[in-house]
Amino acid sequence: MRIPVDTVMVQQRADSFARRSIKTESKQQGLRLALSMIDLTTLEGKDSPEKVRSLCAKAINPWEGTIDPPLPSVAAVCVYPSLVRVAKHSLQGSSVAVASVATGFPSGQYPIDVRLNDVEEAVRAGADEIDMVINRGAFLSGDFGEVSDEISRVRGVCGTAHLKIILETGELETLENIRIASELSIRAAANAGPIKDGEVFIKTSTGKISPAATMPVTLVMLEVIRDYYEETGIRIGMKPAGGIKTAKQALHYLVMVKETLGNDWLTKSLFRFGASSLTNDVLRQLVRQHTGRYAATYDFSEA
Amino acid sequence: MSRLTVPKTYKLYIGGKFPRTESGRSLAIENQKGETVAHICHGSRKDFREAVESANKAFGAWSGVTGYLRGQIMYRMAEMLEGRREEFVAAIMVTSNVTVSAARKEVDASVDRLVRFAGWTDKHQQIIGCANAVAGDYYNFTVPQPQGVVVALSPKTPPLLGLVTCIAAPLCSGNTVVAIGSDSHPIPTAILGEVCQTSDVPAGVINILTGYQKDIIEHVATHRQVAAVYASDLSKKDRVILEEGGSESMKRLHFVSVDEETWYDNSAMASPWEVEPFVEHKTIWHPSAC
Repeated sequence: MRIPVDTVMVQQRADSFARRSIKTESKQQGLRLALSMIDLTTLEGKDSPEKVRSLCAKAINPWEGTIDPPLPSVAAVCVYPSLVRVAKHSLQGSSVAVASVATGFPSGQYPIDVRLNDVEEAVRAGADEIDMVINRGAFLSGDFGEVSDEISRVRGVCGTAHLKIILETGELETLENIRIASELSIRAAANAGPIKDGEVFIKTSTGKISPAATMPVTLVMLEVIRDYYEETGIRIGMKPAGGIKTAKQALHYLVMVKETLGNDWLTKSLFRFGASSLTNDVLRQLVRQHTGRYAATYDFSEA
Repeated sequence: MSRLTVPKTYKLYIGGKFPRTESGRSLAIENQKGETVAHICHGSRKDFREAVESANKAFGAWSGVTGYLRGQIMYRMAEMLEGRREEFVAAIMVTSNVTVSAARKEVDASVDRLVRFAGWTDKHQQIIGCANAVAGDYYNFTVPQPQGVVVALSPKTPPLLGLVTCIAAPLCSGNTVVAIGSDSHPIPTAILGEVCQTSDVPAGVINILTGYQKDIIEHVATHRQVAAVYASDLSKKDRVILEEGGSESMKRLHFVSVDEETWYDNSAMASPWEVEPFVEHKTIWHPSAC
């Protein structure tokens, strides 16, 4: 059954989450939670093993200073498949997972065999999580069967690795399409085998297309997750990625998750931020609350 | 039927926009007769924080353009100020007990001050930098470079000339500025942003707040992104706050305490030695060309 999306109301509802006042103790807690949900990401052509190593060091221990209680590590490091081994090695013994983009990220415009092989390689190299892109070309041509079939096949080769399905919402044109793509992705993943809570995520964007994650888009996707949970009792995860740069935005997203899905989803096993610069802004706010002084941007490492 | 006048809402100038203070507070401004003639924004710590963020974002581009272009933009500010001469004369006279001719003199001096610093944008390097003497066949240069975000605390009087001077001096070498205007004569401060906005000054390069300097000075002192402070007319207590807080992030503090007449003196207040407190010197070796 197709559920229509009221764009104006989604926009208004999404705006309303940005009007909560979150201060002092709750802000501190929210920021710590946000930090623990970050997938620290580097997806550039110029990525080198050394860059990934320094990113991993930051992922484990986001700030060199001391705060009591200690800051949490981030949730995962997200890299290209060729750098999974480096990340896996650097993160040994930590709580930080290795996420790898795959399936011909970011376009996905490769033959299905190549894309499946991409996933298999990443899993073999030690990826705990696979961030796949859907076939937007097929989706926009109305070829839902093909999109769905490909997602099922990708999940089939993931093994124990968790799967995040990137819709690339910036290319899907309308909120209605985003709703359809979200439903289709979740059902396609379920077709490949039973889903345990948090084994499958839907994710907004690659970060390579603008607009990336926005509040209305994320809200529509969260509502699909809610409806699916009410129908089946299975908890699907959510990952907005790209464009979330400030601590304040992160808190707005957490409010939206809480008020749409409830407290159960306020954990890194069900909600992630795909980001890189967000980390330092969250750290700046935490350090400011800790020391009483505003920190400078250069007080934090770049990785 | 008599017409209702439409008075201006005075706002802050942050990141190229004119927001109201996030605090929602305002201060009533009284004229010489004690009548309330306007309300201005009572800027807060968070307005200051936003202004520093904007200034920091703008620093990369502003410090990267040629001195020549910075000079042209500052000259354009002078043109715009000249064009609104009478508005600024009136703005000064709202709260100051000065004659029209004295207010005109201050506006004219402010225009000239901008032109003066506009001229120094591509010339201060030659005066305060140098080619150092070396004992060999190579060169050794010392070149001045801008520091980053500078906070300008305007004197109480002259309100416009003081504000323009403490903005223009750090701006000249490529710093970006967060200015906090005169506590007692805020109207010129509240409209100077309009001059900046119509002068091709990129957003965030100049940010202007109104309110009480004493509310914000502690945060000026401890904000680690602030590289330097141009401060005038400070009380001993405020000076100590700046020195103690500033030492932690090694801010450069330029304290000015001069009489009103000296503010009009270009050789004292607009020399390249007023640019120097807001630069960092870089010394480099260079192999000889011959």
